[in-house]
Amino acid sequence: MLWNTLLLALRAIRRNLMRSILTILGIVIGVAAVITMVTLGNGATRSVSDQISSMGSNLLMVAPGQRFGPGSEGAPNFKSADVEAIRDQLTAAAGVAPVVSKTATAVYQARNWSTVVNGSTNDYFQAGNWELASGRSFSETEERAGKAVCVIGETVREKLFGRQNPVGSEIRIKQFACEVIGLLKAKGQSAMGSDQDDTVVMPLRTVQRRLTGSQDINRVTVSVKEGASIDAVKAQLTQLLRERRNIGENEEDDFRVMDTRQIAETLTGTTRILTMLLGAVAAVSLLVGGIGIMNIMLVSVTERTREIGIRLAIGALEREVLLQFLIEAVVLSSLGGLIGIALATGASIALAGMMGIPYLFDPGINLLSFLFSAAIGVIFGYFPARRAAGLNPIDALRHE
Amino acid sequence: MSDAPLIRLSGITKTYGRGQAALQALKGIDLVVEAGDFVAIMGPSGSGKSTAMNILGCLDTPTRGSYEFQGVRVEQLSRNQRALLRRHYLGFVFQGFNLLARTTALENVELPLIYRGEPSAARHAAARAALAQVGLQGWEHHSPGELSGGQQQRVAIARAIVTRPAVLLADEPTGNLDTRNSQEIMGLISAFNRDNGITVLMVTHEPDMAAYARRVIRFVDGRVDSDRRNGEAA
Repeated sequence: MLWNTLLLALRAIRRNLMRSILTILGIVIGVAAVITMVTLGNGATRSVSDQISSMGSNLLMVAPGQRFGPGSEGAPNFKSADVEAIRDQLTAAAGVAPVVSKTATAVYQARNWSTVVNGSTNDYFQAGNWELASGRSFSETEERAGKAVCVIGETVREKLFGRQNPVGSEIRIKQFACEVIGLLKAKGQSAMGSDQDDTVVMPLRTVQRRLTGSQDINRVTVSVKEGASIDAVKAQLTQLLRERRNIGENEEDDFRVMDTRQIAETLTGTTRILTMLLGAVAAVSLLVGGIGIMNIMLVSVTERTREIGIRLAIGALEREVLLQFLIEAVVLSSLGGLIGIALATGASIALAGMMGIPYLFDPGINLLSFLFSAAIGVIFGYFPARRAAGLNPIDALRHE
Repeated sequence: MSDAPLIRLSGITKTYGRGQAALQALKGIDLVVEAGDFVAIMGPSGSGKSTAMNILGCLDTPTRGSYEFQGVRVEQLSRNQRALLRRHYLGFVFQGFNLLARTTALENVELPLIYRGEPSAARHAAARAALAQVGLQGWEHHSPGELSGGQQQRVAIARAIVTRPAVLLADEPTGNLDTRNSQEIMGLISAFNRDNGITVLMVTHEPDMAAYARRVIRFVDGRVDSDRRNGEAA
């Protein structure tokens, strides 16, 4: 009985080719959209968290003001003395890197490129997980004396030197010449989407003297020793800075201490919300696909009811008719689901490649959208049939 | 088989709707049909002849009364048992042909055999033979849309007789056809009655078609008005 019914179901699919294709199409589009969106979202989330781990773990970033990033102008910058105090009193700190940043144009021969000049110490490379592709970092003398030397990022190298080795050459920044002593290994985009390799790093003194003209420090990066509790160090650091900045007991901090874990959570949280949003949009398309299927099925309900009447008159049992329609619905929606999954896999891999994010196969969403599509097909294909098969054969035959 | 008649209706009534709007289509039908007979049921529209036909074909159930088919009380059978009775003993030909659309003649004729679970080789052979019997050799792979009305009705007849049913029920089989096609269809039906011993019950309002039958029953207003034999001719 099963074999015969399968035969009848396949004949029905072939017979109503257009209807079958439209049904499959509705499911294909819905399933492919959902899977692609969610897969790309997952890839983006992963890529963000990869970038965050490229920043180095167990890092504390201290910046003036309550907000991280721009808009912190109201609060005073840090002083060298603050950095010294952190270095002295924070025993769990492995490295303390004060940072001064300034946008400036770097010139080499006829080429120039506007970039961010960061003044810091050798701790900056260690804390930021930077490695040297060639050359060296600053010597103690260069740091102390504020010599005009610099380590450049890959983007700056590319813009000024092309494929040439920059180490040993001199570039001009503002009014002074500066010897390139090292080249940083490329890191790519930051979690915030900026190009991390678009940078020139100089000793702190050099930038303070020649570019900013003040003793201010924009931010401090503290790397915490392996095994030390980040939360404890963070609390200690906060307490220290509150004392040094004379903040009363009831006043709020006028600076912010962020750890990389927190940044990671914020950013992956954001991308996760975006993934959910994309998934929701895609779910709507799955739903629209489902409504399309429903329309097709309902439009054909008259013809199907008559067909069921013919089959019943010929001597088909109600359960045989239902099984046939069930198989038909399951075959169509599974086929649509499988094509949708294949399409989504192709599209996800292609788009992930274009967007530079990893492709992550998510079995959960594949299974979920497949089951959902199957459910839509079965509900809209099977239930109208069930009503028809319950009629008296003559009523089904006469259905208008 | 018992010596019970093929079909015995006793006091069959059929009421549509309820209360004030209730319409009594059949008001007590008593009827006996012997195996091998060719019965035409005539009557004006609304006389209940089609309702009686649907009850005889187990497509509809009577409100009251008893219907014995080869001694079996049909009104006591379940839905599935009635479906099996249709599958094994009855064949239908309708006025509107009722073939599956976009399905070849061969597949339409095969359909009842599929439900009977016939193996595919036997099924194909039987379906081809039935199509040949109605003169549609070479038309096996045409779908109803590509066939004329007369040809479609022949496919329907082939589908009805391919299982060698005990009874062929025909509801206005020539209602949609011209005279020439009607005569050919009636010729086929008479032949199956005569040569294969298939009992034929046919509803018609055309006296020309009723003339092919051996027995003519006239319905008026939900009751049997007259019941006479056409003589042994035809």
